[in-house]
Amino acid sequence: MSKKKNDEQQLNPTPDAGQESSSLFRKPVSRRDMLRLAGASGVGLLLGGSGAFGIMAATGATKQPASDKPGSPDNVTTGIPDANRYDFYGQHQTGITTPSQNFMCFASFDLTVSDAAGLRNLLQAWTRASASLMAGELLDGQNENLNLPPADTGEAAGLTPSRITITFGAGPSLFDHRFGLAGKKPAGFGDLPPFNGDNLMPEWCGGDLGVQICADDMQVAFHGMRNLIRIARGSAVLRWSQEGFQRSTESDPNKATPRNLMGFKDGTANPSVQDAAMMNEVVWVQPEDGAGWMTGGSYMAVRRIRMRIEVWDRSSLSDQENTFGRYRVSGAPLGSQHEFDRGDMEAKDASGKPVIPMNSHMRVARGDGKMQILRRPYSYSSGMDNTTGQLDAGLFFISYQRSLEKQFIPMQQRLAQIDALNEYIQHIGSATFACFPGVRQGGYIGDTLL
Amino acid sequence: MKARYTLPAVLLLSSVLFAACGNKEEAQPAANNTQTSPTTAAATDTKAAAPAASAADFKDATEQYRTYAISEIDAFVTETEKFTEAVKAGKMDEAKKLYAPARMHYERIEPIAEALGNLDPDIDARQGDVDDKDWRGFHKIEQGLWEKKTTDGMSEYADRLLQDAKLLRAKVETVDIDAGLLVTGAVELLNEVSSSKVTGEEERYSHTDLYDFVANVEGAQKIYEILKPNLAAKDPALEKQIGEKFEALNKELAPFATKDGGYVTYDKLSKEDVRTLSQNLDALAEPLSQMGTILGV
Repeated sequence: MSKKKNDEQQLNPTPDAGQESSSLFRKPVSRRDMLRLAGASGVGLLLGGSGAFGIMAATGATKQPASDKPGSPDNVTTGIPDANRYDFYGQHQTGITTPSQNFMCFASFDLTVSDAAGLRNLLQAWTRASASLMAGELLDGQNENLNLPPADTGEAAGLTPSRITITFGAGPSLFDHRFGLAGKKPAGFGDLPPFNGDNLMPEWCGGDLGVQICADDMQVAFHGMRNLIRIARGSAVLRWSQEGFQRSTESDPNKATPRNLMGFKDGTANPSVQDAAMMNEVVWVQPEDGAGWMTGGSYMAVRRIRMRIEVWDRSSLSDQENTFGRYRVSGAPLGSQHEFDRGDMEAKDASGKPVIPMNSHMRVARGDGKMQILRRPYSYSSGMDNTTGQLDAGLFFISYQRSLEKQFIPMQQRLAQIDALNEYIQHIGSATFACFPGVRQGGYIGDTLL
Repeated sequence: MKARYTLPAVLLLSSVLFAACGNKEEAQPAANNTQTSPTTAAATDTKAAAPAASAADFKDATEQYRTYAISEIDAFVTETEKFTEAVKAGKMDEAKKLYAPARMHYERIEPIAEALGNLDPDIDARQGDVDDKDWRGFHKIEQGLWEKKTTDGMSEYADRLLQDAKLLRAKVETVDIDAGLLVTGAVELLNEVSSSKVTGEEERYSHTDLYDFVANVEGAQKIYEILKPNLAAKDPALEKQIGEKFEALNKELAPFATKDGGYVTYDKLSKEDVRTLSQNLDALAEPLSQMGTILGV
């Protein structure tokens, strides 16, 4: 956090402050003087680079001609790695194997345009905006004309990109009759089937397009979502939206597995995003998977899972641990010592009962251990349920996988049937999105599909 | 909601006063100032107005709008008189029938009224917008007719309302209508819908919000049509887009029209209806807010 203080000091106006400050608001302009990030290459953040696209390095400087004066602060970024910024363009979209940022805004849209040309226009406009947002630039357009509303809504001015990622996906409804895409719907892609105990509310389900925006700063994430919504006006309307959070990287310098709102570590069993071969196995759609336009993309499952917080809070520690099949403090499987121990599924206690209960969340989720998914959830809190006066809080579950049919659905079917956790949770919302492969320079979001 | 009575009114009023007091040469800078949007003008009033399209470019447009505004206000006075007479005569049903249609003339040109100081709150304030002791105008009588179900005690308010309507007619002659007023006025009309009509808060007793809704949209559309030649010359794609979005919104409004030329009460609309209307309104207001491009940089 101390780096931020240093950043502020360098905002001091230069002698020709009038000119400098006005050039700051010309486009394209970095929201922040990138030089100030020179000493800020937090090691933890660098570790997050996930191979294929990783951290934006020197190349971003070419997109920053904010000043034509050599030596002026806007022009000295060449060669400086920027730990705060990911490149929008690349083989895969960001926000999937990217280490989770602190905050998330999720927006599901229904299209109001009625043809493929309208859809393409929106995706192209979103592409331009996303590239600017991820680079920490003001959105392209008129930002100085006193007669016009500024193109950028402005609340992220002066802020770093804060590792913002923006991830786009197509919902099953995009493949109906409207856009001529019915023939391109990937086999096996659709809404999730009904699961036991579902309590889905239509206002939390579905959408033609889904956009996941994550950043280490909530205001930066919100700014991203808000501007995408604004750009969509007249082309698409918001269907539902959810904010999410997790413990911040600042409050947990050791980067331990985050805990969910039930107090348990969540994500211990996740495959390593550093393991490129594993990511190809679990997350990224491969050429042999059919629907060629999805190669390099990934299927997203979204579930808005409300926790019965009040009920959970009055259950005993032993009940809680038996529900998860893990110790609350260490995260280790019951009967084991360490969080990442596999756990002895055969172990019995003195009375002959399994140490890890048969219906515990961890045991049921693992199944035979052959299928994995990449979980990327956030906690959510949406204030109070006005009917009951209880908290409306829980888990905004997001997972990425090569195949919903082979990975997520069988796992969720098992969980829905016997998971002990079901007593304490309710699935309120559900959506699936086919997240496009990454965008090449000069291309646009979804161009492999359209 | 109080802000809508103060900020734009103050800024626009200053230009009205300048225009009314000065000769033509002196009035010119004031006219330029009104071309900046109300929210930015306050922060930049020391800056000279940026090079803008000249007033001559908009002479036709502003004259057309003046004619329109005056004809609407004339109709407003006439219809308000019928309404207030019915109220004073204790004719409940007739008064209720006349209420919403009379207001439509006002709602079409609301930004003009808002430019005239206290007239807008005097005519159109809802309970809570102003101190209770100062509350009068249409909504006071609306409360009597629909909630208290009586015209008792309303005569005095009816007289005041008609006086205020006539005062508006007299004062409108002094409003300096320029292109800036038109551009911001069109967006303001839609913002009116967005902030009170769409939520059903404007006509809380009579639920005749759709009359106001439609009238605000018609008023904005009139401005768009008047500025269309200027807009087509500057940004034909924007001109087309705005036209299409007006069409889309009007299509969404059409099913709510009744056979007698009125509109269904707002409590008949489902949640989904309201949301669709609101989203269509936003889809229109966003490109409409770009209309300032004709004013130059």
